[in-house]
Amino acid sequence: MSNSTRDLTLREMIEKSRLETEVKAKTPSTVNRRDFLKGIAVGSLVILCSADGTTTAARAKDLANNQNLSPSLFVAVEPDGTVQVLAHRSEMGTGIRTALPRVLADELSADWDRVVIRQAKGDSRLGDQNTDGSNSIRFFYKTMRAAGATARNMLEQAAANRWGVDVKEVSTANHTVYLNGVKKKLDFHQLVEDARKLDAPQVKDLRFKSPKDFQYIGKRFPIADLDAIITGEAVFGIDAHIEGQVHAVIARCPVVGGVAKSYDSDSAKAVKGVIDVIELPRFQGAPVFQQLGGIAVVAETTWAAWQGREALNVQWEEGPNADYDTEQFMAALTNTVKKNGEVTRAEGDAITAIADASKTLQATYTVPHLSHAPMETTCAVADVKTDEAGKVISCYLKAATQNPQAVQQAVGPAMGIPNDEVYCDVTLLGSGFGRKSKPDYCVEAAMISRRVKRPVHVTWTREDDFQHDYFHTISAVHCEAGLNEDGSPDGWLLRAAYPSISSTFNLQADTPATWEAEMGLTDLPYDIPNVQIEVGKAKAHTRIGWLRAVCHIFQNFAVSSFADELADAAGRDPYEYLLTTLGEDRELDLTKLKLGNRGASAQDYPYDIGRLKNVLRRVANESKWGRHNDLPKGKGLGIACCRSFLGYTGHVVEASVSPKGSVSVDNVWVSIDAGTIVSLDRVLAQVEGATIMGISQAMYGEMPMKKGRPIHSNFDGFQVAKMSDSPDSINIDIVKSEAAPGGVGETGIGSSAPALCNAIFAATGKRVRSLPIKNHDLSWG
Amino acid sequence: MATINVNGQQRDVTDVPPATPLLWVLRDHLGLTGTKYGCGVSECGACTIHIDGEAVQSCVTPVSDVGEGKIVTIEGLSKNGDHPVQQAWREHNVPQCGYCQVGQMMTCAAMLAANPDPTDDDINEGMWNICRCGTYNRIRDAVKTAAKEMK
Repeated sequence: MSNSTRDLTLREMIEKSRLETEVKAKTPSTVNRRDFLKGIAVGSLVILCSADGTTTAARAKDLANNQNLSPSLFVAVEPDGTVQVLAHRSEMGTGIRTALPRVLADELSADWDRVVIRQAKGDSRLGDQNTDGSNSIRFFYKTMRAAGATARNMLEQAAANRWGVDVKEVSTANHTVYLNGVKKKLDFHQLVEDARKLDAPQVKDLRFKSPKDFQYIGKRFPIADLDAIITGEAVFGIDAHIEGQVHAVIARCPVVGGVAKSYDSDSAKAVKGVIDVIELPRFQGAPVFQQLGGIAVVAETTWAAWQGREALNVQWEEGPNADYDTEQFMAALTNTVKKNGEVTRAEGDAITAIADASKTLQATYTVPHLSHAPMETTCAVADVKTDEAGKVISCYLKAATQNPQAVQQAVGPAMGIPNDEVYCDVTLLGSGFGRKSKPDYCVEAAMISRRVKRPVHVTWTREDDFQHDYFHTISAVHCEAGLNEDGSPDGWLLRAAYPSISSTFNLQADTPATWEAEMGLTDLPYDIPNVQIEVGKAKAHTRIGWLRAVCHIFQNFAVSSFADELADAAGRDPYEYLLTTLGEDRELDLTKLKLGNRGASAQDYPYDIGRLKNVLRRVANESKWGRHNDLPKGKGLGIACCRSFLGYTGHVVEASVSPKGSVSVDNVWVSIDAGTIVSLDRVLAQVEGATIMGISQAMYGEMPMKKGRPIHSNFDGFQVAKMSDSPDSINIDIVKSEAAPGGVGETGIGSSAPALCNAIFAATGKRVRSLPIKNHDLSWG
Repeated sequence: MATINVNGQQRDVTDVPPATPLLWVLRDHLGLTGTKYGCGVSECGACTIHIDGEAVQSCVTPVSDVGEGKIVTIEGLSKNGDHPVQQAWREHNVPQCGYCQVGQMMTCAAMLAANPDPTDDDINEGMWNICRCGTYNRIRDAVKTAAKEMK
């Protein structure tokens, strides 16, 4: 893989693959460009905010007729005062469908009971819709505030004009504009008609609320979908319905890249309810987001399609990945990281510093493939209409997708129509964790619908989900250090090897991409004079995809475990050792270290060692770290910290290990600094969930593969954490901050697993260097 | 078997093959989509419903086994979504994505009906449903709140 490809961001990599595969066929569409104002009352005040931050006001008829307007996000205040807010990010459990509209409503001073949230379709004019990478608040906090402030400022101006006063003499609260000092007030609905005749103010002239006046931002509020979820009325992808739909279940080759040699179509069709059996072609080139290919059984019901598939008896030509064996592959990876790799960061001379040190340590850490296993499997329903010649004339989907624009980009070429003529509504997602930002299942639904000329709902069974995931990569990270007289590291060497996510977009990719290595490896935060970081080569033999927290899962596991090993070798307290090794409060030089910083500016998002040390101090304090030496054998505290997705976390885990080696996580403390936060309760919920997922992956997570096949096909094999694994308490401390909003959803994962393994070491003296923990004998009595 | 009793109503299932799991009968034939598919092998609990008050995994229950049994799904657990378990789930803001929560609440309601005062061990054992978002600690709190309310 060339350096130029390695340096591409993931976003650029996806875009490049898309452009390379895209069919540029222009097809006349029978579907009119959708009207942004559908469902919004005539005479509303509509605020458009484009991606560059400019705002405009538009009247309904302008917007409906003017193709040149490029609305990004908007709020509409209807003549009855109802406020409609567009939610353009996907709801998969983070609460984003509520949080961003709350930001807008706060800046508008709207009464939440009069706010209606509308879920957006996929549309590039809305800006980024890829609900992935813990980016939603970071990307759109300012935009939502600008949209809300624009509408409020215009309503205030309309009121000031009505009363013949300067706008400085009015104020707004709870859907009402007041004339200060006088008992005069006007509800929003009384101002809409006048406000919509005004010019929208420039963003630079907007009067924003002071954070001390925030009504919703940073406060506790419930998710908008709470009642629908609790009564069972919430519509997820599996529940999405298009009138006249049939159901499809697909047999796919158990080895990525294989094709069907033979199958028994007649037996499948003999199953009651089966309508048709359709062969889907294998994907071409790199997998990207194309469908895998296989044999689809279409039926009146899901169960009939499933039973039809059972009857297919497919024989597969398995292709070049049929020899993939993760046990052998892991042995090769651990061998690779023992040898020199490609140097991606070097300060001083780590090799000499380690060779000359009085004390040296080395350890290799491994993490196996993992599955996303979202609670809801991947599901989509597509309705593709064709003309008599079979040419696609319209394409509509409802999907549980993290990225409806990726659906457009994948389905468009497959249907031979421009991407923006693919219409995709977004349902609620029964979690995603990264799996549902890869819309191969939407392509399947569209291809089958085109063939059977009916709306088709594709359901992945749980077996499909486990067997055909875009798996989290398999990895080895080797660490070496040389310690000086007081036990502090004088030289530190890190070498990592794992199949890159880039391999899903470029078959030649065989080295970790720079943005992958940066997640916990090349952004090593410690103040050490001699550092060398290397990456080794590894080819992928299955589809590799990003999973919540991505490379932090294994790179932070290695680095934070090794720091704990060094503290032990130095005979020092692990917390004190971490704090000292992090060094003086300072900002890492992102340019010098060639860190992309997730595209965020160093000014708004510095790599701030002071903030990292702060969460470490706070979590040590909250957990009463000082008691760790007094715990009896079999009980231990473990500590770890990291910066991940532009947020900072510190974890302390209190674990017990029985003499027979059974592990229980008793209590967990987390401190998180994510800058400005919007939804207090959801930040708590995300960190609780991230802690559980970290424990789940550390304790049980592994998807071994033999003969190219994942060996587990359901939750009986791929174990996950349950209630009985969850700690007695998860105590979360959120740092109050007005810094720019960082990530939350993924941020809480990175320090979770190493803190647990460090606690196990403290309890037993046994070091877990290869996950999962369940494979180790931790008995001690 | 021409009908089954779901949420107090006799529903026609004449055309359904008898081996069809009750889950898919509820979802695809009767349009009751509150009950969710998660694993198909009774490992995750997302499809949990009640038959004669007992928690049952509908994904492994052939419709032909239901007989005269009275089925209750989330749609019939309470008239206004205000069963004490549902109220407790609201109070603790339990759901993240929400997909498994119907099954969690159905498991909880049946457990509390049989054991009104569960210990932590009872909850660990009784609330075995999988939640991939990791809402377990809030579920534990909500179970305790619901137990208090139901006394």
